[in-house]
Amino acid sequence: MDQVLLARWQFGLTTGYHFLFVPLTIGLSLLVAIMETLYVKKGKESYKKMAQFWGRLFVINFAMGVVTGIVIVFQFGMNWSEYSRFVGNIFGIPLAIEALLAFFLESTFLGIWLFGWDKVSKKVHLLSAWLVAIASSLSSLWILVANSFMQNPVGYELVGNRAELVGFGKLLANPYFHNQFTHVIAGAFVTGAVFVISISAYHLLKKNRVDFFKESLRIGLIFGLISVIIVGGIGHLQGQFLVKTKPMKMSAAEALWETSDPAPFALLAIIDQEKGQNKFEITIPAMTSFMSYNKFSGEVKGLNDLQKEMEALHGSGNYIPPVTPIFWSFRFMVGIGSLIGLLVLLAVYATRKQILEEYPLLLKLLFFILPLPFLANLFGWIMAEMGRQPWIVSGLLKVDNAVSPNVSPAAIWTTMIGFSVVYILLAIADIYLLAKFAKQGPEDMDLIKEPNLAEGEVSLWA
Amino acid sequence: MGLEILWFLLVTVLFVAFFFLEGFTYGSGILLPLVAKSDLERRIIFNTVGPVWGGNQVWMITAGGAVFAAFPNWYATLFSGFYLPLSLILVALILRGIALEFRSKDENSLWRALWDYCFFIGSLIAAFVWGVAMANLLKGVPIDANMHYVGGFFNLFTPFTLIMGLLFVLLFSYHGALFLALKTTGEILSRIKKIFFPLWLVIIANYFAMILFLFLETDALNKTAPSVALTVGLLVLGGVNFLVGFGRFGFAFIFSSIGITAVIATIFTGLFPRVMVSSLDPEWSLTIFNSASGPVTLKVMAIVAIILVPIIIAYQAWSYWIFRKPVDLNELEY
Repeated sequence: MDQVLLARWQFGLTTGYHFLFVPLTIGLSLLVAIMETLYVKKGKESYKKMAQFWGRLFVINFAMGVVTGIVIVFQFGMNWSEYSRFVGNIFGIPLAIEALLAFFLESTFLGIWLFGWDKVSKKVHLLSAWLVAIASSLSSLWILVANSFMQNPVGYELVGNRAELVGFGKLLANPYFHNQFTHVIAGAFVTGAVFVISISAYHLLKKNRVDFFKESLRIGLIFGLISVIIVGGIGHLQGQFLVKTKPMKMSAAEALWETSDPAPFALLAIIDQEKGQNKFEITIPAMTSFMSYNKFSGEVKGLNDLQKEMEALHGSGNYIPPVTPIFWSFRFMVGIGSLIGLLVLLAVYATRKQILEEYPLLLKLLFFILPLPFLANLFGWIMAEMGRQPWIVSGLLKVDNAVSPNVSPAAIWTTMIGFSVVYILLAIADIYLLAKFAKQGPEDMDLIKEPNLAEGEVSLWA
Repeated sequence: MGLEILWFLLVTVLFVAFFFLEGFTYGSGILLPLVAKSDLERRIIFNTVGPVWGGNQVWMITAGGAVFAAFPNWYATLFSGFYLPLSLILVALILRGIALEFRSKDENSLWRALWDYCFFIGSLIAAFVWGVAMANLLKGVPIDANMHYVGGFFNLFTPFTLIMGLLFVLLFSYHGALFLALKTTGEILSRIKKIFFPLWLVIIANYFAMILFLFLETDALNKTAPSVALTVGLLVLGGVNFLVGFGRFGFAFIFSSIGITAVIATIFTGLFPRVMVSSLDPEWSLTIFNSASGPVTLKVMAIVAIILVPIIIAYQAWSYWIFRKPVDLNELEY
């Protein structure tokens, strides 16, 4: 494999892995803050237990998010030095602000939250929970400001061989950023909500601590319902925005090769990227036009015409991103989102009617959707980032010209294998702990058990 | 003052803060096998750094982000050039970070032993490789006319850079020992007290070795500022042993902080106005001027940093105040 492909795989794997933990951190921190608010307002110990129980799961996940995040901060320079030189003026700003404004707040106040139950007042402790939650959301805001510049560069001028900042406000005014941020953060809230819903459903199935988990479920459902509506609504607006501003990405997501009016919607397609057509497809007539313009007519540009436009603009080359993964990622993302929305709606209805526990099948389904939001997040991310190909900064710099020229494939292989081994082992440990504490429920919250000394204490050096 | 100079100063401050804050948590990890002999004792060590290590580590991330924003060419050359050492640091930081959080969450004693080891080895590797990397900035590495590092992995390990790596390990251990002396009691404390003097002797010997190599292999000592920083470092590190002897661990901790600051200041003032020295041609060295971002970026970031950094220092200081007392056996979270 050549350097560019290796560097892409490395970035994809490490960032995809990181992105498993981050949305849960964002969503769950907010839910824990809400639970602790209920504790402080209502004074019921059960809410404190709730904040502690979900908080412990949060902390395990948070640690994974932090350590895998450091890799990303280093990796821009390590594998993508020419990219870093080109965009550092602009891209570095939100990254540095993310650290200054979000990471410090998050880490410092998580320390206070975790170790400070008996050391600070209730209100200060609650404030810490909220600061952790707010900082988690803030961090996604800044990283998406950075990402939006790659997707839709604004507020820059080309000076020599790099992009320099013209106005800081313009970065924040990027319309791509507004859609993307709202969609991603609402997706993170859904992830947190489904996590709580799913584990609560598990305990309700086992009839374990019913009151505790019914209340957890109720909080998760309300939060999840609001969030899932926002995800869908914004997602729709985002699609319409992309048709206008980034038609290549959206037409790839629809596998629409020829410009059409009205444009059909492909339910499924077998795509032939080489020939620039679909070998087989099942379509709903005019549906893509409807989703783009809210009416059953309107021209949507096809990939082959867009390719010609790009060649006229940027010279010869292949400007069509890999259609198959984008097409299917889009469908899986939307499909999973709709499924979650439907189940949450059903569960809300059943809870209001107080008949949820009479339908173990529904509880079982609520339990089994646990992995789905994580997958939906990944699919959305794949669609957004693969849809940007072959550009690393849309229209300005190609991925092929962004890689570190002095890092050998052997070096990338070495670190890729190293990270993969470590990441797999950590995933096992992480899932083990999450499953253990999720199953254990809110008992023994204050207790960390003494080591099992049956076979004597183990130490690797004594 | 030019914006480039201001940013060089700010980056220096970020690295100083990172090394003297995270330095003692690295040190606590390195000392773990020496000062803690039972599960409970190891847990106490984990809990001393528990509330603060995460916030301390962010200084490193911020330093990285600030270099990216203010000096993109420095960031690009450094991170792509020191590819494997930095990967090593990353793996080390991943292991120690997860070790801190996961270690006490299961009672299986092999599980705990493995994470104890990860905390130890991760802290050790991170401290050592940072020392090696910092030394290489000043010593000079093969950088070509296009700002690309053209050396290999083993070019980065020379007697001088190894001495610096060792010095970082030793200094952080001493610094960590002082932190632990303030936070622990009983047997752990008495073990720590026995470590100070031998550790101090090695540090002083190492410090002189560093001075020798700075003289032989760099041009830092031709300038006033690094020479002053080096002297201050020698004085406080020389003096710290007496404070320890009188049991004044708090003051001693301040002294070791100044000692670490002095070593970092020696490197950065020795570099100035360069940020990475090219061993191929002095003309090819990266400087704050040829590696900096444009004026708009520097100005925006300066405003952001000058507003936020004091606020961060204030709330971090407050969190240290909350956790000022020695670790209470009834309140172990890790």
